[in-house]
Amino acid sequence: MVFMKGTKLMPQCGFSNNVVQILNSLGVEFGAFDVLSDFTIREGIKEYSDWPTIPQVYLKGEFLGGSDILIEMYNSGSLKEKIEIELAS
Amino acid sequence: MITKKDVIELITKKIPSSQVFVENLKGNDHLQVTVIASEFNGLSLVKQHQLVYSALKEELASETIHALALKTETPN
Repeated sequence: MVFMKGTKLMPQCGFSNNVVQILNSLGVEFGAFDVLSDFTIREGIKEYSDWPTIPQVYLKGEFLGGSDILIEMYNSGSLKEKIEIELAS
Repeated sequence: MITKKDVIELITKKIPSSQVFVENLKGNDHLQVTVIASEFNGLSLVKQHQLVYSALKEELASETIHALALKTETPN
């Protein structure tokens, strides 16, 4: 699940776009919520995960990180591995 | 407005052993920050980044820092 600025088809921020491109390139099905459409969620999600920026990526409820971490995990291959494990379980 | 020096000071105050490198990506509110610290040993990437973010909580909330591309490493 991705909390992002904009939508999958129309990301409104470079960092949000990075995350969408990464997940698309892995062929992963994911839900996306446009935090620009709801200020309470935009701020609340930051409190929830103790993470001050958007986008935020969750895999089966577990907070993975933002754009930087997704890129690092994607480049190291650990993102693909983690997703495959989660989807298999 | 925040300077590179301010950012480095804020982070080293929170993470004493850290080496901090700051670059302006765009203007002075889009920053690329690299932090190398032994405090990161054994911490997941998320926890490492949260430690750095906690040092910059006000600046991020007030959008003095609008965007922060962060890289964290442990000294090898």
